[in-house]
Amino acid sequence: MRITVTVDGTTYTDDVEPRTLLVHYLREQVGKVGTVVGCDTSNCGACTVHLDGHSVKSCSVLAVQADGCEVTTIEGLARDGQLHPVQQAFHDNHALQCGFCTPGMIMQSIDLLADNPSPDEQAVREGLEGNLCRCTGYQNIVRAVRDAADHMRPGAGPEAERVAGDAGSRAASSVGGGGE
Amino acid sequence: MTATMEPEVGKGRLRKEDARLIAGRTRWTDNITLPGMVHLAVLRSTAAHAKIVNIDTSAAKEMPGVIAVYTGDDLDPEGAIGMPCAWPITPDMKSPRRPVLAQGKVNFAGEGVAVVVARSAGEAEDALAEIDVDYEDLPVVLGLENALAEDAPLVHEELGTNRNALWKFDSGEAGSGGDVEQAINEAEVVLKRRFRQQRLVPAFMEPRSCVVDPTAPQLTMWSATQIPHILKTMSALTLGIPEHKIRVIAPDVGGGFGGKIAVLPEEIMSLLVAQKLGRPVKWTESRSETMAAAHHGRDQIQDLTIAAKRDGTVTGLKVELMADMGAYLGLVGPGVPILGAFMFNAIYKIPAYHFACTNVFTNTTLTDAYRGAGRPEATFGIERMMDELAAELGMDPMELREKNWIKHDEFPYTTVSTLTYDSGNYEAATEKAMQLFDYEGLRREQAERRERNDPVQLGIGISTFTEMCGLAPSRVLGSLDYGAGGWEHAAIRMLPTGKVEVITGSSAHGQGHETAWSQIVSDQLGVPFEDIEVLHGDTQSSHKGLDTYGSRSLAVGGIAVVKAAEKVIEKAKKIAAHMMECSEDDLEFSGGKFTVKGTDKSTGIGDVAFAAFMAHDLPDGVEPSLDSEAVYDPENFSFPHGTHLCAAEVDTETGRVRLRKYVCVDDVGKVVNPIIVEGQMHGGLAQGIAQALFEEAVFDESGTLTSGTFADYLLPSAADLPSFTTDRTETPSTTNPLGVKGVGEAGTIASTPAVVNAVVDAVRHFGVNDIEMPLSPMRVWKAVHSGEKAAGGPGAEAGGGLGSIDATHGGAQ
Ligand code: FES
Ligand code: FES
Repeated sequence: MRITVTVDGTTYTDDVEPRTLLVHYLREQVGKVGTVVGCDTSNCGACTVHLDGHSVKSCSVLAVQADGCEVTTIEGLARDGQLHPVQQAFHDNHALQCGFCTPGMIMQSIDLLADNPSPDEQAVREGLEGNLCRCTGYQNIVRAVRDAADHMRPGAGPEAERVAGDAGSRAASSVGGGGE
Repeated sequence: MTATMEPEVGKGRLRKEDARLIAGRTRWTDNITLPGMVHLAVLRSTAAHAKIVNIDTSAAKEMPGVIAVYTGDDLDPEGAIGMPCAWPITPDMKSPRRPVLAQGKVNFAGEGVAVVVARSAGEAEDALAEIDVDYEDLPVVLGLENALAEDAPLVHEELGTNRNALWKFDSGEAGSGGDVEQAINEAEVVLKRRFRQQRLVPAFMEPRSCVVDPTAPQLTMWSATQIPHILKTMSALTLGIPEHKIRVIAPDVGGGFGGKIAVLPEEIMSLLVAQKLGRPVKWTESRSETMAAAHHGRDQIQDLTIAAKRDGTVTGLKVELMADMGAYLGLVGPGVPILGAFMFNAIYKIPAYHFACTNVFTNTTLTDAYRGAGRPEATFGIERMMDELAAELGMDPMELREKNWIKHDEFPYTTVSTLTYDSGNYEAATEKAMQLFDYEGLRREQAERRERNDPVQLGIGISTFTEMCGLAPSRVLGSLDYGAGGWEHAAIRMLPTGKVEVITGSSAHGQGHETAWSQIVSDQLGVPFEDIEVLHGDTQSSHKGLDTYGSRSLAVGGIAVVKAAEKVIEKAKKIAAHMMECSEDDLEFSGGKFTVKGTDKSTGIGDVAFAAFMAHDLPDGVEPSLDSEAVYDPENFSFPHGTHLCAAEVDTETGRVRLRKYVCVDDVGKVVNPIIVEGQMHGGLAQGIAQALFEEAVFDESGTLTSGTFADYLLPSAADLPSFTTDRTETPSTTNPLGVKGVGEAGTIASTPAVVNAVVDAVRHFGVNDIEMPLSPMRVWKAVHSGEKAAGGPGAEAGGGLGSIDATHGGAQ
């Protein structure tokens, strides 16, 4: 099947098998290997990306479901060499060790902050429930998200990630497996 | 050349590693794509113990994209290849051959049976379904006691027993203490307990993966491994490939926790297939494969007897362990429980000690190192016993510990298990922890809740631990029959422009060596932090090393870096003296500058490096290079210690456990980077707490792993864990020049007993004196309501843990 997807601001038209998962499409066909696979049961969240501005576990979305959509991965967050405030906060708060969970954690955190611009500790913990990290014990991740919130007021949402000149995207399509 | 005046060591530097990791510019093994590369997928045994009557691969070979299908016999017709075990703990240890892919028989569910090679990973996966394996079931051996029973069926018929080895230490025989039987006979109080250390899955987040390129000048293997150097040597030995013809690269590695200390059959398989086909191959496992086929950790039954006087003085400790090896021996698997032999006596002055461990084969996934490796098991055993003894004697558990621990003025102290602890201050760490925790206040609240029969009871758990890490003095490893030394290598390259490359044999996979080593070298050479690049994990650039495990990187690898820097300065001194026309003895080196004593004449180390590079004017006989290398063999282990305090609320109506407060004060000696240290503590705590409350690898009666996915194996999420209060005391190690101790495993080692002690303390008045881990709501409830002494069972329910039977928030994952 032929799909057209905008990934991190570049539009791709590709043939994919109907069964191809979005994460495999991103990694193997588009070369976005910054997004990773940590499980086969949609539990770990390592594969989290934004589909039309909302976080999804890209292992539980088919590539064909992303047809006509805009995908943002960890690789598309920085603007003009400037890190996204959540990326910066992960660095500033030592919220990563091996870094394998980090792309998913950051993408999910951005989504969380879009819904709740000033979450308390419990809200962050619950908002990241679908993302597993084996290294950090989460404490610094929670700190990072709250720190980012402080830096981002009045809130970072899908708008913060819109690629310049392509702001008028479609509404989220009915895809499964959200990270929310 | 700017001199860095403020010392780098001790600074909370943010990590250099982060820049690419937060941007997705990562180099995981599975990211690698090479021209002509093909993909491997492994068919895994569904049976735990069975004869392989026949494997029919013909249909699979016809599948689209399939290039080849191989069985064990295809790859190793002679049956000559066996996966290495580097730790024969006794001369008569039984060691079965572990083939690359099963040959004739499968011994655990998840063992590789055949491999498909296809153009894409998807096509390889699809073809697996077309392989037809005819199994003839054999009786499945599960459970330590069953396996050791008189008439038990055997995992490996040819060995004639399921007993792998029996390893013993006795202080009476060793002359390091008294006779434990005598101590028990003469004791005023004797307490016996049986504890179970459930089996865990290391669960690093990056699944294992391996790429082999046989077309490179050296056969090149990328692997998601903790041990690229050991893997290189072991691959050479296992396959007879000349060692200089192999290069191993551990690129970005997504966690390990001991789970990636292995020479994998899949790595050997990939080497064989790549060589057969003459083209690059990639194998990446699914999470379900990781769970079933990557080695597990822990899995012991501990029978402990402690002897004491009525006043609380411990007079003897007897430890009898059974440890489940699984179906085969991993790289260091048999030695893991043996490391515990040195740690059961912990921080206490125990006059008589006996340790015996029986290693046992069962038809399960093999066990090997998992964060702490042998030491968490030991710490759990002794710290649980101390609480039980305190309850028996009606003493405050901290008072009992204090009565028995080594006082700060008694160091260096040689223990009953023959280790010499160089330094420590248990009083200081404890005092700080008690204050941060508000021990007295929480004890009062506990009494009040008991008094008013509050449905939510409060318990306080203590763990005053030490551990031996920084593996290890080579001679000690030799005396334990370990198959390698314990040294580490480092090299420093002084580049012509004054920049520095540091090469380390440590192999980081999340620890932050690039940052910490830069800080060390910056102080040693007076070169700015930013001007230092740390190279690791590639046997071509970092040609020598023993890799990262056992909290050894800083205490051994970091010291090797210091030694290499000292050599650089020695070499530079000769040239600097020549440059400034003075005697070497008149030179002082500090802040990156050689200064002629009593003058303001100086030259920077960068200028010396440039002079060496130009080599136009060097003293006679001096080589034109400052580059230096060093190999450091530690003279002792390092012994971090700490006091961990946990307050747990137990809802007696639901069995749910909530960690109300967790305070730990750790002493890891001098700290290079407090931010990294704190991160290690957090992560370690999370894993230790997860053992206490959530995680367990469960097999059903047919030997199938029922907690074989992240949906069933309860790795805690952020919502399942509290925030921790971590602090430090700093008693420098006296056996290395930086005064550092290891930190990687401390949190995991200490926290498990603190949590279990807290929960048992909360419900002890119901007649409970133990609850088996993980302390699932079901088990806790059962203990409370049946007043069972030791509640729990064989662990029949997968995913019984997770304090998340919480109606308001639902399940955690
Ligand atoms: S890969 Fe684990 S949730 Fe997608
Ligand atoms: S940083 Fe390693 S899994 Fe999160």
